[in-house]
Amino acid sequence: MSGAGVTAHARIVAAADGSLPLLRGDGPLALRRTRAAGPYTQVTVVGAMSGPLGGDRLRLTAEAGPDAALRVTSAAATVALPGPDGEPAAYDVTLTVREGGELRWLPEPLISVAGSDLRTTTRVELAAGARLVLREQLVLGRAGEEPGRLTSRLVVRHAGRPLLDQELSLGPRAPGWDGGAVLGGHRAVGQLLVVDPVFEEKPAEARVLSETAVLAPLAGPAALVTAVAPDALLLGRLLAEGAARLGVAATDRAA
Amino acid sequence: MRAALLLLADGRFPAGAHAHSGGAEAAVRAGRISGPDSLEEFCRGRLHTAGLVAAALAAAACGGQDPVALDAAADARTPSPALRATARRLGRQLMRAARATWPSPELDALAAAHRGGLHQPVVLGLAARAAGLTPGDAARAAAYDAVSGPSSATVRLLSSDPFAATAVLARLAHEVDRVADLATEAAALGDPDALPAASAPLLDIGAEAHAAWPVRLFAS
Repeated sequence: MSGAGVTAHARIVAAADGSLPLLRGDGPLALRRTRAAGPYTQVTVVGAMSGPLGGDRLRLTAEAGPDAALRVTSAAATVALPGPDGEPAAYDVTLTVREGGELRWLPEPLISVAGSDLRTTTRVELAAGARLVLREQLVLGRAGEEPGRLTSRLVVRHAGRPLLDQELSLGPRAPGWDGGAVLGGHRAVGQLLVVDPVFEEKPAEARVLSETAVLAPLAGPAALVTAVAPDALLLGRLLAEGAARLGVAATDRAA
Repeated sequence: MRAALLLLADGRFPAGAHAHSGGAEAAVRAGRISGPDSLEEFCRGRLHTAGLVAAALAAAACGGQDPVALDAAADARTPSPALRATARRLGRQLMRAARATWPSPELDALAAAHRGGLHQPVVLGLAARAAGLTPGDAARAAAYDAVSGPSSATVRLLSSDPFAATAVLARLAHEVDRVADLATEAAALGDPDALPAASAPLLDIGAEAHAAWPVRLFAS
């Protein structure tokens, strides 16, 4: 039976004048407008610290309208937990950036707890002149703990064309996930994606940041930092270094 | 006609694959492959990620789907520029070998239209099609390719026992079949966006590091 968990859909729409024509939290996804540095209208997801639980179906939709600058952060890590009846949880994020708009999607890490089963999907639709900074950090298990099952798909389309399509399946029942091709014993994995029309003219230069982190141009106006690390702290540092190289400050602190 | 599959999947097929390690050289240097057990886990991970994606692309191309859309889908699923360049180089070499082996106006037209090369799995599917093989066959060849390359490269890199490396491939054979079946089913949906997108961070990271080495035994 799939009725055991929570079903929620939170929505954010930002406009160029700094207003939020739509800001509607739902269930565990509570939303607050928070103060941000720079031109950004900032929204913080404040209610995600102990969920999703198995059986939950959560959705979050965020849109930066034409010329809007929206930044979305979270107050705490998202923690995937086992549900009462072993059912999987789903967390779907849909991000849209209209022409001239910018979205910075900078949530705290997602932690997969032993026994949990979460499928998360992030779909991003970008107009030709849109800009995006997106950070994803996945942490496998709390300290010293085996991870649950976690599948994370990121699909980014730019001007109607596929730009990036990645699905990472980790934990029990994902064959080979801890071998030398995928995580090789590391317990944190993440990426930082920057899409910007300036890369049309001048693509980012590929760069090895460390033995377990690289920055590389995609086949489109975008650059991706890919990193694995023993833990969330070291992963955060590698992604921050990549962000600095790309000239995007990934600090979440409000002014 | 099925015997053509043996030809296509043979490491001696003159398409340049022997010069590539499928990420094994970088993994050996980083200590992530050091013997048969770690080779097997490396190959298993590569099979279920890059291998699944390649098998689905090959099956879709063999089934007659638009190679240009499949090539764009391959680009989106290959964040490493070193791996995109490798895929296109291998695609060009396979295209040349396939046109000589199974002459086909369709291959000639595609080669002329894409001089920079298409991703290797897309060309593998087109070659299988020209050879009269099925999408399932093309998927099998691509999935097997995902594990046979690293396995034979590791024998050279570690001067290790070729029997042990072959035993790894034998242990993975059922999974190669399962991945090929999954890939064929996904390709049959007919939508490039619905193809698998399984990713392997250390393959991407290792490929970029490897491309920056001044001296290496394998091209990738």
